[in-house]
Amino acid sequence: MRRETVQGWLLILPALLLLVAFTHWPAATTLLDSFYATPKGSRPPRFVGLENYLDLLDDPVFWIALRNNAIYALWTIPASVILALVMALAVNTAIPGRALARMAYFTPTMLPMIAVANIWLFFFTPDYGLFDHVIGVFGGGRHNWLGDRDTALPAMIVVAVWKEAGFFMIFYLAALQAMPPDLKECAALEGSSRWNFFRRVTLPLLMPTTLFVLVNAVINAFRLVDHVVVMTHGGPDNATNLLLYYIYQAGFRFWDTALAATLTVVLLFLLGMLAWFQFGVLGKRVHYR
Amino acid sequence: MSTRFLEILGAWLLAIIWVLPLLYAVWTAFHPAEFATSFTLMAPLTLDNFRHAWDAAPFARYFINTTMLVTLILVAQFLVCTPAAFAFARLDFPGRDTVFAVVLVQLMVMPDVLLTGNYRTMAQLGLVDTILSIALPYLGSAFGIFLLRQTFRQIPQALDDAARLEGCTLMGRLWRVYVPLAKPTYIAYGLVSVSYHWNNFLWPLVITNSVNTRPLTVGLSVFASTDQGIDWSIITAATLMTSAPLLVAFLLFQRQFVQSFMRAGIR
Repeated sequence: MRRETVQGWLLILPALLLLVAFTHWPAATTLLDSFYATPKGSRPPRFVGLENYLDLLDDPVFWIALRNNAIYALWTIPASVILALVMALAVNTAIPGRALARMAYFTPTMLPMIAVANIWLFFFTPDYGLFDHVIGVFGGGRHNWLGDRDTALPAMIVVAVWKEAGFFMIFYLAALQAMPPDLKECAALEGSSRWNFFRRVTLPLLMPTTLFVLVNAVINAFRLVDHVVVMTHGGPDNATNLLLYYIYQAGFRFWDTALAATLTVVLLFLLGMLAWFQFGVLGKRVHYR
Repeated sequence: MSTRFLEILGAWLLAIIWVLPLLYAVWTAFHPAEFATSFTLMAPLTLDNFRHAWDAAPFARYFINTTMLVTLILVAQFLVCTPAAFAFARLDFPGRDTVFAVVLVQLMVMPDVLLTGNYRTMAQLGLVDTILSIALPYLGSAFGIFLLRQTFRQIPQALDDAARLEGCTLMGRLWRVYVPLAKPTYIAYGLVSVSYHWNNFLWPLVITNSVNTRPLTVGLSVFASTDQGIDWSIITAATLMTSAPLLVAFLLFQRQFVQSFMRAGIR
């Protein structure tokens, strides 16, 4: 065998072993598990074919979690991406106190989601919390934000957007600063309005960044459930249950391995479809320089 | 002129809204509980909340655990991802592109989602409730390999050839030419990795169950949910305490942090 072949394989071997052992292997065993019933006692698990999937279709909590996750994604992704763009545009111009504003936007990113959840838990507390205080000033009554089925999920969305927007801002800021300044001068000479310039020049040039940010936002919409664990435990009445949180519940609260495995397969399938859509469909429409 | 003014006003309003929750937390943590929701300038400052929090839970131990975890992950990722990235960037061998595609799968299928599968592996290896078990799924990092590969590819081949003519071995070239030239990428990736794992929660929550292994995030959630009832001043103090090292580091080295995150994001 060629020397370079041996060297190449030896160099990638440690990384490849670790990756396969803790990403591909668990994904494969999870897929297998989803065809077996949850083992009872010491008996070996029984092969049930697609029964777990059929059960899942009849599981109301699964549908609630799926619906919640869709709502959560459809709000957090656009809200955090648009806010990130607005923030980046704001601190890209020479406004007074630019560094302070940039710091204000970015700081939540550095906090653990658990810390963020604790801080916001306090705000949402009935009577005592900040929200009820502010509303009280305007003559409003008390409200149990996290205990009400209508406001609990929006509360989770607000927390996630607060945490994420500043992170995505950084990538937009990097792209904006890499844009050649003569473009703007040209447009000014041509008499193009600022809005026109933004829509026709800035936004298209930012497309690769938008794609990158979108991929991250989509992943986070399915991955980030730390605040649900701390703030609501998926409640009230599953109003804030998200797919990954339901997996956690099934696997480590109910110890129902079949349900957890089946849910994981569904989530991986969803992530795969979204990846295919983003890179296959959106990626083709993005112009890279 | 007036639109300009409105823009500045808007930018500032957004900044204030964004930083307010954090300022409020700082206020609560540094004042006695009775001032938690009443804002008077004369409210006495106190460190008692921090003292109570520190005494009420083994935070010193949690700090040690998190530091060990973050260091272990950083060092191992460096040692594992560097050679792999180099091979993908500069060596030509059969199967390279296929394996690279296999590696990139992890960008979408993250270990964070594979809770039950990884838990079983750790149980079989007898590693449940160890710091190593928290770290293991993250050591082979597709993101790190990808980032370093991009950097290595931009290093001029001529430097590599020169070192080879001088009689430098493959590992020598990697260590003396590639690694030093990729320093900014290492700093960028290091900061991203440290902040990610300092803040990571769900997998550590699942795989640990004792004081001696719990990282800060899990320790904080245990503390806030069971021990304290609703003494918000103490919980907020504990929250700030656990976030402080990263937050202070960020405020001190803001430019480096921001540039690092930018560098990690540009592809």
